Amino acid sequence: MSKSGMSRRNLLKVSLGVLGGTAVLAGKGFAQEKYNEGVVLNAGIGHDGHQMTAKRHNQKTADYFKDCDMNPMKFLDTFDYGKVTRLPGGEVQREYKIVAREREIEVAPGVIYPAWTYNGCVPGPTIRCTEGDRLKIHFTNASSMPHTIHFHGVHPAGMDGVFEIVPTGGSFTYEFTADPFGVFLYHCHVMPVKKHIEKGLYGAFIVDPKTPRPSAREFIMVMNGFDTDFDGENEFYTVNGYSNYYSENPIDIKLNEPVRIYLVNMTEFDLINSFHLHGNMFRLYRTGTKLDEYEHTDTVMLCQGERCVIEFSYKYPGMYMFHAHQSEFAELGWMGFFNVLPDVV
Amino acid sequence: MSSEKVIEERNIADAKKGSILNPRVTILLTAILPLLVLAAMVYWFAAKGSSLVETPAVPVEKIDFERIVLHPGKIIAYVRNTGPYEVTIAQVTVNEALWEAAISPSNVVPRLGQAVITIPHHWVPAEPYEVAVITSTGIKFSDAVEIATETPTPDWRYFGTFALLGVYVGVIPIFLGFLWFPFLRKISKKWLNFFLSLTAGLLIFLGVDTLDEAFEVAQRVPGVFQGVALIGMGALLSFLFLVAVRKKTMGSGASQKSESYVRLVLAYMIATGIGIHNLGEGLAIGSAYVLGEVALGAFLVIGFAIHNITEGLGIVAPVAGGSKPRWVHFVFLGLIAGAPAILGTWIGGFTYSDVLATLFFAIGAGAIFQVVYEIVRLMGRESEAGLGDITNFAGLVIGLLIMYVTGLFVAV
Repeated sequence: MSKSGMSRRNLLKVSLGVLGGTAVLAGKGFAQEKYNEGVVLNAGIGHDGHQMTAKRHNQKTADYFKDCDMNPMKFLDTFDYGKVTRLPGGEVQREYKIVAREREIEVAPGVIYPAWTYNGCVPGPTIRCTEGDRLKIHFTNASSMPHTIHFHGVHPAGMDGVFEIVPTGGSFTYEFTADPFGVFLYHCHVMPVKKHIEKGLYGAFIVDPKTPRPSAREFIMVMNGFDTDFDGENEFYTVNGYSNYYSENPIDIKLNEPVRIYLVNMTEFDLINSFHLHGNMFRLYRTGTKLDEYEHTDTVMLCQGERCVIEFSYKYPGMYMFHAHQSEFAELGWMGFFNVLPDVV
Repeated sequence: MSSEKVIEERNIADAKKGSILNPRVTILLTAILPLLVLAAMVYWFAAKGSSLVETPAVPVEKIDFERIVLHPGKIIAYVRNTGPYEVTIAQVTVNEALWEAAISPSNVVPRLGQAVITIPHHWVPAEPYEVAVITSTGIKFSDAVEIATETPTPDWRYFGTFALLGVYVGVIPIFLGFLWFPFLRKISKKWLNFFLSLTAGLLIFLGVDTLDEAFEVAQRVPGVFQGVALIGMGALLSFLFLVAVRKKTMGSGASQKSESYVRLVLAYMIATGIGIHNLGEGLAIGSAYVLGEVALGAFLVIGFAIHNITEGLGIVAPVAGGSKPRWVHFVFLGLIAGAPAILGTWIGGFTYSDVLATLFFAIGAGAIFQVVYEIVRLMGRESEAGLGDITNFAGLVIGLLIMYVTGLFVAV
């Protein structure tokens, strides 16, 4: 106990230094003009609207993740395809390594959350494979609590991660065939499940169709929330684990470039979450299990555990917002921007 | 043999024994020895003793909101770190939305330190607002403005409004009560004692009421400032202070001074006690006005007038028995008792603090109880039975009842 207390404090010190520095820098002009003193948080948020964000998007906040491999910008298009081997029968076998461990992560500028993680990140790594692949997921529990991995999709009962509780220091290998194609998720299923999900044990699981989808810029977006004071309500909402990350660091895409987002909702406590795209419409594929377009829309609502594929491309250059269309979630951190860069011919 | 001689002889004896220590040094050493040991212990604990005591894994954090001020386009929250450790404010939300905030002097708030959070926000009058701070460990502390209304800045308009309020609830009712003086002069000693008992009843009620208010406000005082201890200190000190004042003005044997003089001093003491009580009352009214929690209709002013007119009666009751004081004394008595209400509304309206309010109420309660004690003593001199007399007892009960019934008009 006391040891974890120490590490917590040390981590705090480090991140506070970073926070203090960044806050002062970010707010310098503002503070001098209007208040002439003190530290400014979230300069431009709320008050001046979002026009400031466009100006600031070059200013990377990646420093926050200096000593952590968690980086939402990297996470956005990082897919774990596993270690690939050919089986004698010609099938593809993919092996993944997932370690559950406790880790303190920063979920909003300056706010440290004691998370339970898969591979040190919330959300956990995005596992990706193709329909029919043989999957072997080597799970090790390096945390102080019992955990499992429960995958969505078709698999035998014994591979479901519900009864095979993996104790501290234990391990388990989940083996099954990826089936069917679509967007899935995985999460811990030890009771109380609510707590194990709330603390961060989840991630996305993508099974590609045998005939790949048309080529596009692909992103993974896992919507979640963090209840930092443990009162059963989320203090922060994020996509990919860090409040307002993509509003501080807009995602650059090109004009007319096809974009595909694998969207997963892992928000705890709130019944639903949603995704709304500005200045555009998208093709919606619910659960991604069919290749026919389900709907042409600009807003999609997902229940906890639901997911979908959305595809779009931008007609005009500029800065476009995307966010939860629950305004509350948006204003508590679930907000971002696509920076559509003009065609350079 | 004088004590000096004893010491001298001891010195000689010590010198003979070859002691090199000067006796003064010895005294000094024995006085500071416990402090030295304490300092050593503190140092040792601070340096390496932390391993002896298990520190909680999650630091206990506490932030108290002292005041939320609303100005056009701006919300200003005054917060204080009342927890055991330094706290870092990482995020600020207004009505469940992350917001821009300037924190001065720093978002790192030391123990017992204060931070002023200025939030640019186009708040809407009459709507509720919740301001929350989220610390670096994710803990959320919040306070609500029930009905948003612009916080008065100390300008002439508000000074005037509050002063008028104080005059209505404090000064005017007291002087109205003085109008009973000619009546009190005409009645017999027995009935005068009845009215003195009635005054004692009024004051006992007022004292209990003030104490109750003190405890009520003390509930909101952050734990570190020990609200209940403040009440004990404030009440006891004001009681003892007035006892000392009485000793000084009347002498220990009251017989040394003329009867009229004693009565006049008692009237001044009652006026002082009531004055401090009215300061607290003004404080409550001023702060309630600022928080938009009180409808300052005619009803409240009428209520206070009815309630406080009896205070005027209480002040002049003691002097009615002796020779008639000069009129200027009545002016002073009225101002001492009533004017603090004006001061109270200013303080309450512009710089309200729960700690100060607790202290004021406690001081008021102590003063009032001391005055009750004085009245009972005076009556003991007048009639053998004192409060045991049936007429006097009836006076006391009626005094209590009057306050209770008129109090129904001012329940805020």
